[in-house]
Amino acid sequence: MGLDIRWPIGLMFTVIGALLTVYGALKSAASTIPVAGTDHNINLIWGIVLLVFGALMLLGAVRGGKNPPSA
Amino acid sequence: MQSIELHRIDYAILIAYVAFVIGIGWKLARYMKTSSDFLTSARSIPTWVTGLAFISANLGALELVGMAASGAKYGIATAHFYWVGAIPAMIFLAVFMMPFYYGSKARSVPEYLKMRFDERVRALNSVAFAVMTIFASGISMNALAKLLNQLLGWNYNVALWVCSGVVLLYVLKGGLTSAIYTEVLQFFMIVLGFAPVVWLGLKDVGGWDKMTTALHGVSTENGFKENAWSSAWQPLLGGPAANPMGVDWFAMIFGLGFVLSFGYWCTNFLVVQRAMAAKNMTAARNTPLVAAVPKMFFPFLVILPGMIAIALTSMPDKGYRVPPPIVAQANYDKAVAAVKNADAANPAAGVAAVGEALGKKVNAEKVSVLISTVAGFKGAPNQLTDTQIQSGLYNSIAEYDYDGVILSLVKKYCPPGLLGLALTALLASFMSGMAGNVTAFNTVFTYDLYQAYFAKGKSDSHYFWMGKVITVVGIILSIGAAYFASMYNNAMDIIQLVFGFVNAPLFATFLLGMFWKRTTGTGAFLGLFGGIAGSALFHAMTIAKGNVPGVKGGYLGVHQTFPSDMAQNFWLATFAFTACFVLTLVISLATKSQKSDADLKGLVYSLTPKIVDNNIPVYQRPAVVGIVLLIVCVILNFIFW
Repeated sequence: MGLDIRWPIGLMFTVIGALLTVYGALKSAASTIPVAGTDHNINLIWGIVLLVFGALMLLGAVRGGKNPPSA
Repeated sequence: MQSIELHRIDYAILIAYVAFVIGIGWKLARYMKTSSDFLTSARSIPTWVTGLAFISANLGALELVGMAASGAKYGIATAHFYWVGAIPAMIFLAVFMMPFYYGSKARSVPEYLKMRFDERVRALNSVAFAVMTIFASGISMNALAKLLNQLLGWNYNVALWVCSGVVLLYVLKGGLTSAIYTEVLQFFMIVLGFAPVVWLGLKDVGGWDKMTTALHGVSTENGFKENAWSSAWQPLLGGPAANPMGVDWFAMIFGLGFVLSFGYWCTNFLVVQRAMAAKNMTAARNTPLVAAVPKMFFPFLVILPGMIAIALTSMPDKGYRVPPPIVAQANYDKAVAAVKNADAANPAAGVAAVGEALGKKVNAEKVSVLISTVAGFKGAPNQLTDTQIQSGLYNSIAEYDYDGVILSLVKKYCPPGLLGLALTALLASFMSGMAGNVTAFNTVFTYDLYQAYFAKGKSDSHYFWMGKVITVVGIILSIGAAYFASMYNNAMDIIQLVFGFVNAPLFATFLLGMFWKRTTGTGAFLGLFGGIAGSALFHAMTIAKGNVPGVKGGYLGVHQTFPSDMAQNFWLATFAFTACFVLTLVISLATKSQKSDADLKGLVYSLTPKIVDNNIPVYQRPAVVGIVLLIVCVILNFIFW
């Protein structure tokens, strides 16, 4: 079916990842949950994870061109 | 009490998701030219996409909520719903059954039944399936609207219609392809939305070993051996009394692992439809295998949170409890008044009054302490506020709402931002639950009921148009079903009960039909009917310990008592399967088959040329991949033995 699904997946997670990363960077106090053993800025960390995932999907879509691999 | 406040960032994430989902529908709309494009995706989708959609169609939100609840109630043995109750059946579907579904060119499971048997079997299966999908979709939407109402304070009706509207928009535009694409999106949303919750929870509880130690305490406190929550098999081998599920290994392996699991994974058109949309035979056969990989590891995402929650509850310094059932604010107000008016010298009367006001069982000790604290500070400047008293009451309710576990963890560990992500994942899975059911419904209705019985031989554009109309009708009926489920408290119990009756015997029909060419249409039809009637009768004459006769069974007299609901359910399935199997077998032998061997070519195992896999790489051969997956699954069972 004409649309390679990696495009919407990649774009969406890039957008959401960017939102989380920016929010985490600007509001580090509100992004840190004081849980035993962690004082990480979880929004920032997870935002970056989502960005990387989104970028990988986009990369796959670009390189796969019109013929997505059939796993 | 479980309300959550959303920030702008949370709404931004939610809106981004909805926009993308609708956008996908819009993009796909221009590829929808025939009824086959719309209803079956014209068999064009690559394996990894159908595979993830296959698993995602099953991973509804109710499953997410329910599995965390079971993880808290029963511990790691809940993983059997995955390792015993899914993987083997998915491999069987891929290796043995998919060649017939895909190779027969049937567009739906009921259509296969028509080719193999006759119209009667198809009619019985398609009507039952159509009704089930509508109710399943309605139940899912009711739960979503209720959740949004309790959690975010949205109006129930608005939530129900808006969410249904979003689903309608993208399904109507992009058909099955749209539903499948959204399911893949939802798959990643769920994994990436819940993984941080599990990670933070596990860190908070002090790691796997600390959690296991805490679960040992929970087990002994509940009167079991210490590994009852943390071992998957050993408590089962000790018999129904030795594990919190109240089941034995035979019911688990045969009832769940064989009958229920094969009945669901191998015959339910909702999941099989995903594999049938694949672009070729190899892709179709590999779909359930691709799906089996994440499925095997899902317990760590969906069951582990429940185990973390119950471990946290046993650690007083963590300040966590499994949430109590939701109590209306009016009842809390009454209870707060009861605490204030209680006589500190006679706490027992106060405790009773508080319990009555809340309408729940309360922990007498905690309420007494609360009463004496309130009395002690009365009139003092630092006297307890109503809010403080209410939170004391919240903690003293001695009943648990296990379904609230997953949300309470999300609330505990997610700051604004991450919270939006997790909630969007949950919302996404509710909506795709509806989309999955509606896309299965419109295919079965259009091809198996409308085309077969009402309007034969019309042009394709007519059926394409009808498919769209039926999609709208399906959504409206689902909304009706949602209202029905919301009006009657035990509507859900009854619906699920009927699902059980209809589904349990079905696999016997398929097993005999696919692997024994002598099975006749009459045998299949009457056997299926007998199996359904048999399971209703079995239910009417048995009951689980602790239940009163009625909706839970036993209304025709109690002839057998099972240690738990789950045990009753597993044995019912076993009974229904056996009844259907024997009846179909005997009646088939007594009747003459209407089909010749030539008719059955491609539909029955012994009359179909074996698929030769030599031309595809080893790692893509279903039999090879299936065996590898089975070995990994066995290893997992051993690790958590």
